[in-house]
Amino acid sequence: MSKQYETVIGLEVHVELATKTKIFCGCSTEFGGAPNTHTCPVCTGMPGSLPVLNKQVVEYAIAVGLATNCKITQNGKFDRKNYFYPDNPQNYQISQLYLPICRDGHVDIETEEGGKKAIGIHEIHMEEDAGKLVHDEWSGCSLVDFNRSGVPLIEIVSEPDMRSAEEVIAYLEKLRLLIQYLGASDCKLNEGSMRADVNLSVREVGAKKFGTRTEMKNLNSFKAIARAIESEKERQIDLLESGEEVIQETRRWDDVKEYSYAMRSKEDAQDYRYFPDPDLVPIIISDEMIAEIKAKQPEFRDEKMERYEKEYGIPAYDISVITSSKHMADLFEQTVAICNSPKKVSNWLMVETMRLLKEHDMEPEQINFSPENLAKLISLTEANTINSTVAKEVFEQVFAHDIDPEKYVEEHGLKTVNDEGALRSTIEAIVAANPKSVEDYKAGKKKAIGFLVGQTMKEMKGKADPAMVNKILIELLEA
Amino acid sequence: MANIISDETIEYVGILAKLELSEEEKEQAKKDMGEMLDYIDQLNALDTSSVEPMSHVFSVHNVFREDVVTNEDDRENILKNAPEEQEGSFVVPKTVE
Repeated sequence: MSKQYETVIGLEVHVELATKTKIFCGCSTEFGGAPNTHTCPVCTGMPGSLPVLNKQVVEYAIAVGLATNCKITQNGKFDRKNYFYPDNPQNYQISQLYLPICRDGHVDIETEEGGKKAIGIHEIHMEEDAGKLVHDEWSGCSLVDFNRSGVPLIEIVSEPDMRSAEEVIAYLEKLRLLIQYLGASDCKLNEGSMRADVNLSVREVGAKKFGTRTEMKNLNSFKAIARAIESEKERQIDLLESGEEVIQETRRWDDVKEYSYAMRSKEDAQDYRYFPDPDLVPIIISDEMIAEIKAKQPEFRDEKMERYEKEYGIPAYDISVITSSKHMADLFEQTVAICNSPKKVSNWLMVETMRLLKEHDMEPEQINFSPENLAKLISLTEANTINSTVAKEVFEQVFAHDIDPEKYVEEHGLKTVNDEGALRSTIEAIVAANPKSVEDYKAGKKKAIGFLVGQTMKEMKGKADPAMVNKILIELLEA
Repeated sequence: MANIISDETIEYVGILAKLELSEEEKEQAKKDMGEMLDYIDQLNALDTSSVEPMSHVFSVHNVFREDVVTNEDDRENILKNAPEEQEGSFVVPKTVE
């Protein structure tokens, strides 16, 4: 390829807010109810019904705006976006075109080279989600479930400031953590509580003008986003190289087949004929309300990372793993407050907890054990009451059922046997029963001791102190 | 009438509004729309440079609900509004993007 191209990317990120009720009615937002059991005349678009704004939605939107350095629009309103589609019962979506609640913000991302780059946020607006369509292959009909209809969303529209898939993912990670720390959403891409549409164009390096962009939908994981960006970049460059033009269109990504196709455009759907929604009155946001929300903002990840380094003196890598989830960071701080062993707490979280999460396909947010029980387990190991093998077994119980480790160790007789006399007689019996290994050892195969240690631990049901077993064995073998 | 609505425009507006108009209705709609736009022109003739834009006719603002679930499962009644019902859902002609 002779020409050098640059990729220009902007993102539209939809985030489902963690409210108990929908944006304009008192229906539950709970996930997974039977079809249409969380519906009412408002969210099914019945004539004469009146939407009333959920205050929590406004507060979450402002909180996200403040966390992303936005200006808050103090005199706002809602508009109707008109289009026909069966998942949209009113034939319009209530959204914000003219006066979005937040504007002109930015977040800083860390670049590959280790520097910082600001990604601009054009605006954040509040809107309602649509219903869900299920296609019935038998009858040739579509079934509509309006449980999702009216679930509150914010749409975060970035500036076209990103230049690579890495920057896109760094930006999304940043947004996800900010919003999770605020408790405004759980931001799960695979479950759709965070959805990213990628607007991408290419241009020759040095060109001032942007190329024609396409919008990519249906991206359900960071990996899918990275693959879709690579694929679309290649596709557009190929078009330009062969003298063709990029057509502005919406494309749908198929992550299994790893390619995208142009979506059948809704008939003239780009003409949404927005107008102010007369059912909803203006939203005036006072300085006091902004100050109040600002005062309630949590300590975000960057601040937390700095403090951990100073306060706990644990390695930077540990800090980045622990603070990658607010829940895990809270658990860490609470446990350290009890047992005062930051590095040990960090090890349990980073190694065993992460391993079990992966094994059970769980998110850090789903960790279910209490700081008290993790602290107790650490105290038991520090006092040498249990050895590290037993500790791991007990931890699995803590992880799965949040059991009390002290009681568990007591009830299951797992305390390390520190009675040297009893241990010595067990080892003597094992040495006597395995003459072959003893011979090997004496002939110079020092590794043979491993087998004898194993046999001893088995006999002791794992409750012996391995260091002591080793010491006694060597004494007996070298005697 | 100062504003003349073209056939193309009325065709386009018809598509957007999902309306199928007879020739007669099209002519009537063209006339009505032209008159509406004439009226807008009349409003635009006024100097409003010193008037705050109004986003609502009522002088109320900030009508909020608390985030509390108030609606119970009312599917049976809600589905009475459906043209057809199946498996607790509204049935519509098959629609795939």
